[in-house]
Amino acid sequence: MAEMLSRRRFLLGTTSAAAALALSGCDILDDASQGNFRNVLASAEELTRATQRFFLSPTSMAKEFTEADIGKNFRANGSTSPDDPEYLRLAANGFADWKLKVGGLVETPLELSLADLRAMPSRTQITRHDCVEGWSCIGKWTGVQLALVLDEAKLKPEAKYILFTCADELEKTLDGSGRYYESHGLEDAFHPQTILAYEMNGAPLPIPHGAPVRLRVERQLGYKQPKYIMRIDAVDSLEKFGSGNGGFWEDRGYEWYAGI
Amino acid sequence: MAATALEGRSPAFIYRHTVLVRITHWINVVCITFLLMSGLQIFNAHPALYVGQKSDFDHPVLAMTARNTPDGPVGETTILGHSFDTSGILGMSYYDGVPRARGFPSWITVPSYQDLATGRRWHFFFAWLFFINGAVYLAASLATRHIWRDLVPSWSQIRAIGPTIWHHLKLKFPHEREYNVLQKLTYLTMVAGVLPLVVLTGLTMSPGVNAIVPWLVEVFGGRQTARTIHFICATLIVLFILVHVLLVLVSGVWNNLRSMVTGRYRVDVAGGDHG
Repeated sequence: MAEMLSRRRFLLGTTSAAAALALSGCDILDDASQGNFRNVLASAEELTRATQRFFLSPTSMAKEFTEADIGKNFRANGSTSPDDPEYLRLAANGFADWKLKVGGLVETPLELSLADLRAMPSRTQITRHDCVEGWSCIGKWTGVQLALVLDEAKLKPEAKYILFTCADELEKTLDGSGRYYESHGLEDAFHPQTILAYEMNGAPLPIPHGAPVRLRVERQLGYKQPKYIMRIDAVDSLEKFGSGNGGFWEDRGYEWYAGI
Repeated sequence: MAATALEGRSPAFIYRHTVLVRITHWINVVCITFLLMSGLQIFNAHPALYVGQKSDFDHPVLAMTARNTPDGPVGETTILGHSFDTSGILGMSYYDGVPRARGFPSWITVPSYQDLATGRRWHFFFAWLFFINGAVYLAASLATRHIWRDLVPSWSQIRAIGPTIWHHLKLKFPHEREYNVLQKLTYLTMVAGVLPLVVLTGLTMSPGVNAIVPWLVEVFGGRQTARTIHFICATLIVLFILVHVLLVLVSGVWNNLRSMVTGRYRVDVAGGDHG
């Protein structure tokens, strides 16, 4: 991920784009969208990530709003009612049997119930949720800082990413590749506003919004904030999961770094 | 003003555009084309605009929607509560002969089919290029006083704005070394107003940028207002391009094109014909 955009690659992109423009025709642009040229376009993501990381300190905070700013209808996007049998069984019981498994490259694997999470110090934040589609909603979230959970599990030094496995299948497939998952680097995982939220607007997190627990990562877009979390794993690479791009939407062409 | 034409080897030609202006101009042509097309692709993911920090889904300031009627699918555009039938273009248009619910039609988006992820790839790549290009232009133009010298109109030009407008209406365009007052005001509005504003409002839609400079999005009245301003700026850019290209065509297309490629521009000399 550390490779910086080379100037040559950028210039190459510009001239190819000019050529595409000169030839015109939607087919050419469609082909360029899927072919090798896509990698040139995608190189901008690394420039964006490096630039934002340069200016963002680990404690730069997303704006927090007041109760008066909370909207009446917070849109629920993606899965709103997972049909996984195991999830339905847990939901039927009010998630009393749900256990968040924390594993991978950690010294102490954990199994935390909702009661365990609620017993930990909580953080409440009223923040704006920005969907990649362009809309925004404001809601109040209460949960435990992910950093506290990760500190309890103690990351091994080789851990580089935190991977979240969810209960919902957003795309129905025979091989299970449509299951939602996401990942974050350690800087966002340990950010003070990164919480495992179990309450929304003062009530237990509703199912359309990811019950029993969803992630809040306030300096990135909505798809980086998975709902219906079942497992958290510390990993050293994202290659072995899904199609290897670090998340459900990333495997479908979206940026892994969604700070814009 | 036309008397300044007597320099260089040919008395009728002057060196009008510096290499900086010419290169950044053509890079801009490429960038803005792809930014507009990919921007409309991104807009199509949620073809509605709002004011404030959050989206009040029931009260958009602009929305493009599709619905079925007994007479077939209809596309509707609603602006500030007023609805217009925009079937075939906005709200509902045909792709491969099939009616689709989509904000802008496929022939103006990149890619042509609905694909937000790819639209974003195009948009951010060209946004970076556009930003770097614009920063180079502005820095150099301030350093060389290009903006002050060539784009800020003089008092005498401003006082004569009436006759200049009259010349434009009659499609009479004297070819002079200096830009006329309407050109100056338009270019100045674009390079010092609309183009920086489209970049800044674009940046404030980024949650990362919001965490870096939290006050900037507040200046624009919230993220959703910033998105609306971004869209208005894009519309102004399209209007500018339409008028700009039209005037380039009617005021001596080859002379204009040559000057933006080689820098050489033929001016009217006293007593010469206006060809």
